[in-house]
Amino acid sequence: MGFDWIAYNAGRIGELTLAHLWMTLTPTLIGLVIALPVGWVAYRYRRLYPWIVGVGGLLYTLPSLAVFIILPMMVGTQILDPINVLIALTVYTFALLVRSVADGLASVSPETNQAAEAMGYSSMQRFVRVQLPVATPVIMASMRVILVTNVSIVSMAAVIGVPQLGSLFTEGFSRRQTLPIIVGIVVCLILAIILDQLVVRASKWLTPWLPKERA
Amino acid sequence: MLDFFFDPENWSGGNGIPMRTLAHLAYTFIALGIAAAIAVPLGILIGVTGRGEALIAGLANALRALPTLGLLILIVMLVAPLISSSLAFTIPAIIVLVLLAVPPILTGTYSGIQNADRNAVQAARGMGYTTGQILWRVQVPMALPLIMSGLRGALLQVVSTATVAAFVSLGGLGRYIIDGRATQDYPQMLAGALLVAVLALALELLFMLLERFVVSPGLQRKTTSGAALATA
Repeated sequence: MGFDWIAYNAGRIGELTLAHLWMTLTPTLIGLVIALPVGWVAYRYRRLYPWIVGVGGLLYTLPSLAVFIILPMMVGTQILDPINVLIALTVYTFALLVRSVADGLASVSPETNQAAEAMGYSSMQRFVRVQLPVATPVIMASMRVILVTNVSIVSMAAVIGVPQLGSLFTEGFSRRQTLPIIVGIVVCLILAIILDQLVVRASKWLTPWLPKERA
Repeated sequence: MLDFFFDPENWSGGNGIPMRTLAHLAYTFIALGIAAAIAVPLGILIGVTGRGEALIAGLANALRALPTLGLLILIVMLVAPLISSSLAFTIPAIIVLVLLAVPPILTGTYSGIQNADRNAVQAARGMGYTTGQILWRVQVPMALPLIMSGLRGALLQVVSTATVAAFVSLGGLGRYIIDGRATQDYPQMLAGALLVAVLALALELLFMLLERFVVSPGLQRKTTSGAALATA
């Protein structure tokens, strides 16, 4: 037990890491794509804001393990299907992000909005070329939190038997071995740090006009 | 699944729905109570002195990146052999719940204290309030909305993690999910999942009401949601 175990299981650890990465990234990106237009609606029609953000908050309240089990009944999938995890994480991502998008868009100064309008931008052009870029740091700050949290939530799915890095935790527990658990935690941490740094880089790349020290 | 809810067997005894719900609530509030007893005074201290904020923020971030399930299992495996009583699995599970509940409460408390309106603090000082009076009569009441949001976020996290902790032998509603999984009893798993979801929603709504009740009417305004602070 030790480096032997890691060397012997390197292939499997790699597979689990890829599965974990895929199950984290896909729903986060889909959640972002859904949260952008809905967040815009919540910003544009202020009366809908409390409803949209409120529903998001309640969805986020649901414990992940419960959602993994209830979803198959609602969408008719198999309980072990990884698609349940993907849908659950998409919902969580959307639930947290929709508020940041709406708040980020609302934080654009009236002068900036008026300038864009005076330049003849349509509502759509204003959203894509002015409001969204200005709101990017706020949205990206949320994305960092969400990605790191999602890495942890994905591992929960091991309890019901969907294979990813969390499988190392459940297997380690049933065999009373700590090494697989420690390896799983370390790989999850590395994954979280890499993804976090990628968002930081993406945010800087998307907002070249901001001073360098802003992340 | 409906059969599960209509079966009188599931409504009585130690494995019945009422007892397991109570157990789930007990673990949740014990962990939340311990976490609040640690995090609220510490948060006030950090908020007043302005020291240690970077350290705490860093620790909170690191804890968020740690996979909850791995942390739970690892701590149970390391701590359980040290305890010989029947609580060998319960105590380490509660330690993890406390660990997860501290950061949101801490963050809520110190940012609440720091964000207390400076003009109000200075006005109180001008009126001859001592530092202690300023803290208890001005800063803490003004920080309450954020402290409550922090508590709500922590509560959410604990209810959810207590469910998963059934995997390492903790009682509560998570048992239906884990035992159902072990015996391929999907209706039982589903019933457990629904009960947990309803409990979490009920606690969230109850806490939102409590917030309205506790926070001074002069300060009723939109604040950061519990969900956001749970992960902040």
